Amino acid sequence: MTQPGRTPEPAAAAAPSVRVFVPRDSAARSVGADEVAERIAALDGNTAVVRTGSRGMLWLEPLVEVETAHGRVGYGPVAPEDVDGLVAAGMLDGAAVGPHLGPVEELPWMKRQQRLTFQRVGVVDPLSTADYLEHGGIAGLRAALAMTAGDVVETVVDSGLRGRGGAGFPTGIKWRTVLNADADLKFVCCNADEGDSGTYADRMLIEGDPFTLIEGMTIAAYAVGAAEGYVYLRSEYPDAVATLQAAIELARAEGWLGPDILGSGFGFDLHVRVGAGAYICGEETSMLESLEGKRGMVRAKPPIPALEGLFGRPTVVNNVLSLATVPTIVANGAAAYAAYGTGRSLGTSVFQLGGNVARGGIVETAFGITLGELVNDFGGGTSSGRPVRAVQVGGPLGAYLPVEQFDLPMDYEAFAAAGAMVGHGGIVVFDETVDMAAMARFAFEFCAAESCGKCTPCRVGAVRGVETIDRIVAGTDRTQNLVLLEDLCELMTDGSLCAMGGLTPMPVRSAVRHFGEDFHA
Amino acid sequence: MTSEVVAAAPVPVPGRAQRVREIAEELRGLRGALIPILHAVQEEFGYVDQPDVAVIADVLNLAVAEVHGVVTFYKDFRRTAAGRTTVAICQAEACRAVGAVELADHAQRTVGCGFGETTYDGRVSIEEIYCFGNCALGPTVQVAGTLHGRVTPARLDALLGDAR
Repeated sequence: MTQPGRTPEPAAAAAPSVRVFVPRDSAARSVGADEVAERIAALDGNTAVVRTGSRGMLWLEPLVEVETAHGRVGYGPVAPEDVDGLVAAGMLDGAAVGPHLGPVEELPWMKRQQRLTFQRVGVVDPLSTADYLEHGGIAGLRAALAMTAGDVVETVVDSGLRGRGGAGFPTGIKWRTVLNADADLKFVCCNADEGDSGTYADRMLIEGDPFTLIEGMTIAAYAVGAAEGYVYLRSEYPDAVATLQAAIELARAEGWLGPDILGSGFGFDLHVRVGAGAYICGEETSMLESLEGKRGMVRAKPPIPALEGLFGRPTVVNNVLSLATVPTIVANGAAAYAAYGTGRSLGTSVFQLGGNVARGGIVETAFGITLGELVNDFGGGTSSGRPVRAVQVGGPLGAYLPVEQFDLPMDYEAFAAAGAMVGHGGIVVFDETVDMAAMARFAFEFCAAESCGKCTPCRVGAVRGVETIDRIVAGTDRTQNLVLLEDLCELMTDGSLCAMGGLTPMPVRSAVRHFGEDFHA
Repeated sequence: MTSEVVAAAPVPVPGRAQRVREIAEELRGLRGALIPILHAVQEEFGYVDQPDVAVIADVLNLAVAEVHGVVTFYKDFRRTAAGRTTVAICQAEACRAVGAVELADHAQRTVGCGFGETTYDGRVSIEEIYCFGNCALGPTVQVAGTLHGRVTPARLDALLGDAR
């Protein structure tokens, strides 16, 4: 920084004059973002490459943004070998060449969204504390520390924020239980075991804006009186693990974590624990067992983790997105957040489009947007160009829905009434070539492989489910076996200890109900 | 394929037990230390050997059976060394919607081993993975730790290159 009235240092004259933004998100890297960034960095001393998270327009990755007087101008997708030609043609001046997209903020996909949780993802350097502060970071934590713990909890209750991990339980109510529990030690645990196919918002948030999660967990700790926090992050996300660990170090150096946070006298510290490849550890009680160093086997509830959680202490267990949404709620007030949404589904949700979709990526909008708007307007239909046949909403345990149900609004209650679930907002698109009997079989197969084995309906039911579907498809006593399948589904739903066995019937039943023709050989 | 054959049995590492004990003692103060210890052992040696289990159990004052139960519960912990190159292919729904099953068939056929297996010459291991969180850019494959999106059979062949 040069102060006014002072002669600039000679080095300042050589400072880069053009800033170019290239994502370091692992999805962008999977299609060549690192190579693109290297090519641009190698150009000359006049260009500075800033590695950001992804904007979430994944079909445009690698997406290169050039800072101009008219904002950040996008180009994408950019292949590494295109870089030299694009630069020669004027890309660094924002010229309309090659895959030029214009100002990124003005793109219809971006403009239609209401980004609160994801407001900084793709915009900032995820490991720049200066960027974080400049873009409104820490405002929520400062506001929280000026309030009583009880007032912070009531703010979250009033905002209507519900768990983003799938079950949709009101976050503030959970916090109130932990606040009122009497214990010498309490914990905040972030469930970042995002194992469901079709979901990647947790990963993108941690890779793109990790300080938001740290800030949200610190606010949660202050609100309930917790001294220690753990992020249970899956091993399949090595980039997210590295980014979060680096961010925690930086946050400690800034006094955002540690014994005396922002000089308030409140102390809280945060640790990352890496999972070891078990889907069931996304279930909160399994996650707690795993954090304790045991096999990730489900615990019966009650006692609820809010009262007897990690090492038997009162514990807040929330999803990444729930915690990462807290800073904006506390900074701007409960009413500002609750003004978004519909019915009892308030605020915004981060929807994730994946599978066979033309424009896959992250869409953050208020609840109430319809499934069809997400799949067709944002997603642009299938990537194969064939008609959409089915979409699975809410992960491998969510229902398969036909296009006839595309007018369903994204709303916890509306989905439940339709025999489906919003879950964490993951939407996987399939075209007409999909074999729904095979997908139903896969749901059972997955449950059989990933069941923790503690309860019989899940452990044995899933195996019997695979066999029953095989008999149906083979045409063996089809009618009786369909009845048996329904009976098995009912038993698993009612009798399983946790959502793994309890929800596996959801994709199966929806496949039979909406795509019954696939179950006839 | 060359005719070079690498012994499948792991070569004993001198001083391994001592080193495993050091790792375990260094991390034992963590809450829920067992899984971080197992990760650290695997990071250093490539797999968790049966004798390691007794050493770790001793340091943490746990039953050997308890540590064994944890090692075998989690897919990440290998009991034997992997091949020199590990190929992990996502088989979850989003990647299935764009041909991940066909890609896996191709990989197993061309590499010459199945999921969870290593080629006879120790060059390549193939694993099935459920979700790298790259669901909009599938099929997704991780080759030697690097993630690749939109992988076709031809692209996979190119990525494997000399490793195969």
